[in-house]
Amino acid sequence: MMDNRTTRLDEILMAGGPAFTLRLKSSAGEIYADVPAASAPAASAYLRSAGCRHAAVFAEDRVAEDLHYYIYYVFEHPDDTRYLVLRCGVEPGQASFPSLAAEVPALNWQEREIQDWFGLEALGHPNPRRVALHDNWPDVHPLRKDFPIDTVLPPFEGEQHVYRPTLGEGVFQIPVGPVHAGIIEPGHFSFAVAGEPILYLQLRMFYVHKGIEKRFEHLPVPRAVFLAESVSGDSSFSHGTAFCQAVESIGCVEVPEPARRMRTILLELERIYNHVADIGAIVNDVGFVIANAHASRLREEILRINEELTGSRLLRGVVCPGGVRRSWDRGQAGRVLAALDPFEREFNDLTDMIQASDSTRDRLERTGTLHAEQARDLGIIGVAGRASGQDHDVRRDHPYAAYDAVEIQPPVYQEGDVLRRMQVRIDEVRRSLQFIRLAESGLSSGPHRASMPQLPAGEFAIGSVEGWRGEILYWIRTAANNRIARCKVKDPSVNNWPALVEAVQGNIVPDFPVINKSFSLSYSGTDR
Amino acid sequence: MFKILKKTFDTGLVTTGYPDAPPRLSENFRGAPRFDFDNWRDARPAAEACPTQALSIRDRGAVREVTMDYGLCIFCGECCAADRTGAVLMTREFELAVRDKADLVITAQYDIGADGVQQHLKQIHCGLQPVERDTAALEKHVHQAIHQTLGRSLAIREVDAGSCNGCEVEITALNNPVYDLERLGIHFVASPRHADMLLVTGPVTRNMELALIKTYRACPEPKVVVAVGACGIGGGIFGRNYATLGGADQAVPVDVFIPGCPPRPHALLHGILLALGRMGEKGLPL
Repeated sequence: MMDNRTTRLDEILMAGGPAFTLRLKSSAGEIYADVPAASAPAASAYLRSAGCRHAAVFAEDRVAEDLHYYIYYVFEHPDDTRYLVLRCGVEPGQASFPSLAAEVPALNWQEREIQDWFGLEALGHPNPRRVALHDNWPDVHPLRKDFPIDTVLPPFEGEQHVYRPTLGEGVFQIPVGPVHAGIIEPGHFSFAVAGEPILYLQLRMFYVHKGIEKRFEHLPVPRAVFLAESVSGDSSFSHGTAFCQAVESIGCVEVPEPARRMRTILLELERIYNHVADIGAIVNDVGFVIANAHASRLREEILRINEELTGSRLLRGVVCPGGVRRSWDRGQAGRVLAALDPFEREFNDLTDMIQASDSTRDRLERTGTLHAEQARDLGIIGVAGRASGQDHDVRRDHPYAAYDAVEIQPPVYQEGDVLRRMQVRIDEVRRSLQFIRLAESGLSSGPHRASMPQLPAGEFAIGSVEGWRGEILYWIRTAANNRIARCKVKDPSVNNWPALVEAVQGNIVPDFPVINKSFSLSYSGTDR
Repeated sequence: MFKILKKTFDTGLVTTGYPDAPPRLSENFRGAPRFDFDNWRDARPAAEACPTQALSIRDRGAVREVTMDYGLCIFCGECCAADRTGAVLMTREFELAVRDKADLVITAQYDIGADGVQQHLKQIHCGLQPVERDTAALEKHVHQAIHQTLGRSLAIREVDAGSCNGCEVEITALNNPVYDLERLGIHFVASPRHADMLLVTGPVTRNMELALIKTYRACPEPKVVVAVGACGIGGGIFGRNYATLGGADQAVPVDVFIPGCPPRPHALLHGILLALGRMGEKGLPL
């Protein structure tokens, strides 16, 4: 079984013939192969036919070093724990690459990001409009190396975004945002409705774009961890861990076993506090206010546990390259374990209360349905993916921290409605509690932090974590003096926003909040 | 139905008594760092470790200026971990909100030797005011202010102007049964047109600049603006770059600044109450 999990991609590459023979680099976690840009569509088609999934596509400006931009396609296969990365060189004079978005809708936004950030044209893209830069931005490409981070752009003029008109008798457009009614992040939604049902939803994101990937290039690695923690504030520990794993992979550093267990515990605590909050918010959006009051109280309990263990309610300032900054003693661990039992009882009371409510179930079942085929085509991952039949979980597929010691059986449902997205969360909270107890029970008092060497320049690696929303990917290339030349951040929300567009169609406008909440995507993680 | 009621009774009262009673904090909570400026011999390692340059040094000849800006501090504790002289101590202080951003900054000047070691403290300018300890009096004052100017209720509109969502996690917590903002006559509203206060988070992205200004204009007078977190105060770890302005006061006038990354709910509550005190001082008309 284990052998299979580390050789399958090699077999697929061998069978793929000469197109994949240019092996760039191979490590325990990744295989890199050089492929001409023109061959990317054929290579992608072959790998997909062999059962691979496109996890991400991104670019890098290496014009100063070796006269090329590079496009990186990240694949994974269910029977291999490594990632396969195809690299395609693009000459500056050519400044374009073939688009795969028509074949692989999951890459739609990511290819357009490459257009915006680097000025490389995605040839044949079915919808090549800007996605990351708003329409009123000047013609700039911020991730090019010749674009200074402190560039002061002139005052913006014109429309931020031109929405497609929706025509027809009795069809109205409802604009919502960017400032929303609740305490949530900003984005603009434009609904086309005929009566109550939603015909079509257009999303405009990137309102909270703050130049994070560029900023990474201006921080030394030890300080950059804190930037990773601020990519998506409710996923600080997951993002920080993914960043650190990439750095550790580059530095060939083995994280001590106690630190891996501590990371596991904290990753699961982050999952629990967010899942509990979302469960409460979902039922709140259909009027079950008292259940939300209990859920938000339970979230507070977990935030207090976080503070007890780490000094930070949102688990900040804990993870670091090589392990964790702070250990905890038996007294702290004992208090936390003692708090988990009443938490679990209360959580069961909460879910009993929700499940006993027929009217709640009535509102959630068959609401906001994302069919399994749609989810597969759009590359939907994480909670939303598992509720729509997509069985992905980084903890099992690319084990890290202490997850190789536990059996991960992700809850997978086929119906893809709000109810199942809530149910996935309920199931996962229960398993997270088990993982925490298991990891804590074997926690020894060894070192919690391996020393990090100065990182070699020009090296690169992936770090990935199953955050509570889904797969978080970091790809880092180092520069001289322990700095970063490129840091690609892919939050699962980037994959999953298009799912919302599909899921709301045919639903009534008043159900939009609960559908949106059931996906619970990160705006900041998307916009960076 | 009976089960739901029973659960409510079984749960009992969970609401914090803050600000009347002290908050329930873990022993391990990391609040603001404190510095022994008088005896500090070498601030370089701590400044080097600071991820947001809240702590920074500038050497000019034989004089070193050490600046600590609590507005930019994310309470990570790295200065304390890096310092080798024992001059940095992490405290559990969180009531740090101020009305004047300059009050968050401490500047100390030292003579330095050839080896870069600080020889003696020449002068220190401490902007940070003593923390308002008399919270009971403050709350009384608040109730008076709300009553006089806003008919016993304060309505807040939260505006995310580029936050990472961390501040929103804690602001949302103000609505839960533990913090229960409404017990103080304060509540969040959906529209700026119903609001007396804007609670602004994030470094203000270029893409949210216009939306923030429009929201401010839509909010009727009298109004107060509170900048939340290291980003809202000065751009935080994102700073000022091609995509951000570097703080709420770059786009709208700000009345109160609440440090933190993110500020814990008690700290938010403290800052909001402080802002209301100001409303009383202004003697705004009803």
